Amino acid sequence: MVTLGTRRDAPQTRGPVDSRGYRIFRVVNTVVLIGVVIVTLYPFLNIVARSLSEEAYIIAGKVSLVPRGFDLTSYKLVMSDSMFWTNYRNTIVYTVVATLISIVLTTCYAYVLSKPHLKGRGVLVGIALFTMFFSGGLIPNYVLVTSLGMKNTIWAVVIPNAISVFNLLVMKAFFESLPTELEEAAAVDGLNTYGILLRIVLPLSKAIIATMVLFYAVSFWNSWFTAFLYFDRQDLLPVTVYLRNLIAGATSAESAAADADKVQAAATLQAVTVVLTTLPILAVYPFVQRYFVSGVMLGAVKG
Amino acid sequence: MTAETLRPTPPTPEPVPAEAGPPGRRAPGRRRTWRQALRRDWQLYSLAVLPLLFFLIFRYLPMIGNIIAFRRFKPGGSIFGEYWVGLRYFRMFFTDPTFWEVFTNTLVLGTLTLLFCFPLPIVLALLLNEVRARRFKRFVQSVSYLPHFLSIVIVAAMVMQLTSIDGTANQLVRLFGGDAVAFLQQPEWFRTIYVSSEVWQTVGWGTILYLAALTTIDEDLYEAARIDGASRLRQTWHVTLPGIRPTMVTLLILNIGSFMAVGFEKILLLYNPLTYPTADVISTYLFRMGFQSSNFSYAAAIGLFEAVIGLVLVLSANLISRRTVGTSLW
Repeated sequence: MVTLGTRRDAPQTRGPVDSRGYRIFRVVNTVVLIGVVIVTLYPFLNIVARSLSEEAYIIAGKVSLVPRGFDLTSYKLVMSDSMFWTNYRNTIVYTVVATLISIVLTTCYAYVLSKPHLKGRGVLVGIALFTMFFSGGLIPNYVLVTSLGMKNTIWAVVIPNAISVFNLLVMKAFFESLPTELEEAAAVDGLNTYGILLRIVLPLSKAIIATMVLFYAVSFWNSWFTAFLYFDRQDLLPVTVYLRNLIAGATSAESAAADADKVQAAATLQAVTVVLTTLPILAVYPFVQRYFVSGVMLGAVKG
Repeated sequence: MTAETLRPTPPTPEPVPAEAGPPGRRAPGRRRTWRQALRRDWQLYSLAVLPLLFFLIFRYLPMIGNIIAFRRFKPGGSIFGEYWVGLRYFRMFFTDPTFWEVFTNTLVLGTLTLLFCFPLPIVLALLLNEVRARRFKRFVQSVSYLPHFLSIVIVAAMVMQLTSIDGTANQLVRLFGGDAVAFLQQPEWFRTIYVSSEVWQTVGWGTILYLAALTTIDEDLYEAARIDGASRLRQTWHVTLPGIRPTMVTLLILNIGSFMAVGFEKILLLYNPLTYPTADVISTYLFRMGFQSSNFSYAAAIGLFEAVIGLVLVLSANLISRRTVGTSLW
């Protein structure tokens, strides 16, 4: 596990005996932090409770942490909506394809940028860095993507955000930290640049690549705006836009809830869709969290 | 520690350019001609081709595409517009009262976000740093990072559920004998809701860099402070805070850089015509101008204005901090 900021036993060494004021502070501190945990978790628990509750209790404003009048009708409604599953599958496809492309492009560029002897390296770094602080903006991007004929194709959501400069810097910092001797030895053995990258550098970089995969995958999984902007057809949308349309009331999951009480549809269907969309992230979160943290720190060293 | 999963990065400064020669070959003089560099490193350069194309097409071409802010643009026509109209679109929005309204809203929301989302991670990191029970600390950290991983759509949906007529916020209002409020329909509530949801989503994750910086503070400094009779509070003030100052400054500059772009996606999901008076910001206004009124050139002019202000802000913040505290991004 990551134990950031844990200076081993540090607080103890800071004073022979805790003063009375400090003991009081520690109690208050614990209470405050428990409060932070509760405030952070409450919206999750609330939405789970609402998704499982009977509509009447929700409308009466009686649901907070515990489901009232346990009811799975809304789950059945959402899960029987074929558009929901189509959109869910789209999310998975877009995430996988986009992450693959992003990883290849980011790795290649980061590797090139990590070679200090390369002529023109400063320019190559500068080209990437400048885009962190100045961007073309929404309208020119839209005009470009549209005129490239990428509207209503997967490429509209996959290509325009392929490289994140932050991730690029994290990876560059990592490559720069690798010992150069291995690569030099490989070069003596007659491996060319591609061979060195594929057979020497990448096997050493599994951890950082895993981190990058997670960074990219989460950002693509969560993204909605590009899809919202570039897709006109409902069967192309990712599940985030499905949920967006639900909360915007644009479509009330027509196929599913057409005959159900409209008000009911709005309240619980949202909760159910939120739960079903968040579930995969919550399920893997405990196992992958440390990779995120280490990735951010690696970026911070050079960032 | 991270070292278990990732190779530790020695905090060395930028590598010295002359030091590392190409693998297996003697480095010639530092001044190489492009022809020599290309002959020797063409394989490396070839790896950069696709990423470079990406940057040029999808990052730099749109920057040039901003030229339509000065030209008449026809949908379906050239992406660089048809003919010059000079500063017409800029004059248009400078005289547009709605523009100044959304400009003000942007400043207010940006300032409020900065005021809460910049210092609170520092406070939380300091509090976490005082926790001795490691398991409890780890648990609080894990939980507080969680909201960072949610899609903005999900956060918006949660906000809507919590603030709805039958939601938690109104349950509390009723508990204290008040009448239910349609929070998201009321302009005076929008800023509170927006900033709270930003705090909820970003503060935990924001502690990571500070917690990392806290581990690098030299233990001897605390020892010395203690011998000088400094209380716990004074140690925090005189040792801890100066120790994390570079991190604070760096993050402050970055925050200022994104000042103008205040949570466009979240506002787009949460606002509605009723809350426009406080919720509508530059980016959402230009979004409506572009995609609902199909006035691309006008919207592009506003976008360019916003981007230039953002750039100027980050450059000046960087300059000021380099002059005053000696920390800067580059």
